[in-house]
Amino acid sequence: MRHNRDEKRFDRTYSHLKSMLSNMTNDMVMYGRIRTTTPKAKALRSHVEKMITLGKDGGLSARRRAFAFMKSKAAVTRLFETIAPLFKERNGGYTRILKVGNRPGDNASMAIIELVEGPQAAQAAEAAPKKKAVKKAAPAAAAKKAPAKEKKEAAPKKAAAPRKPKAAAAEGEAAPKPAVKRTRKKATDTEA
Amino acid sequence: MPNPKKRHSSCKRGQRRSHDALTATGVSTCPQCGEPKRPHYVCPSCGTYKGRTVIKKDEAL
Ligand SMILES: [Zn+2]
Repeated sequence: MRHNRDEKRFDRTYSHLKSMLSNMTNDMVMYGRIRTTTPKAKALRSHVEKMITLGKDGGLSARRRAFAFMKSKAAVTRLFETIAPLFKERNGGYTRILKVGNRPGDNASMAIIELVEGPQAAQAAEAAPKKKAVKKAAPAAAAKKAPAKEKKEAAPKKAAAPRKPKAAAAEGEAAPKPAVKRTRKKATDTEA
Repeated sequence: MPNPKKRHSSCKRGQRRSHDALTATGVSTCPQCGEPKRPHYVCPSCGTYKGRTVIKKDEAL
């Protein structure tokens, strides 16, 4: 028994684990951003960063070592020719993990892992300085709070007078609908 | 087979459960839209985190 092991197997055999990490690394190279569980994202991070480091080396030996792990010509080519040059100035920290809540079904913690550089990376809000961002947020917050309050007022009305004519009932039902639609829209990112 | 000898009183039950209390999860406010959100998580209502747009929301809706 080897104690104190820190790598995660995710209930897979070693070969299954390797191939999962390899596939996910390829997806990161091809799409730049994937949605997966938080522990998988954290395990993937180190492998993706090692491959990018190989890409920055750029030599034939590095290319062969990258291919030994990724096993995809298309992905290795893209890694060496388009991804690695983006990270020339950066010493590590090529990926970003953002937690996005728990998955319905098994309540697994989900995260988006993305390359820090590239078109898919999360866009900063208009690249404005921090003070401006805070000021801009204030009116937006006020605007959003108002509909939230309306919802709250509508709900008790419904509870207090359930026998009111249709108009009131319709109002109460119309308010929560957008929330439902929002949750369904989530699934647009690539699942891994 | 081992069996309980005596019925436990309601006091014993309460003592056992004295460590079962759950703690409330932390809630913070989204600086972008003002909705409540979990700390260190992307805002579920506007899809931003630390001023970055992570998930594009409801433009089509
Ligand atoms: Zn928000």
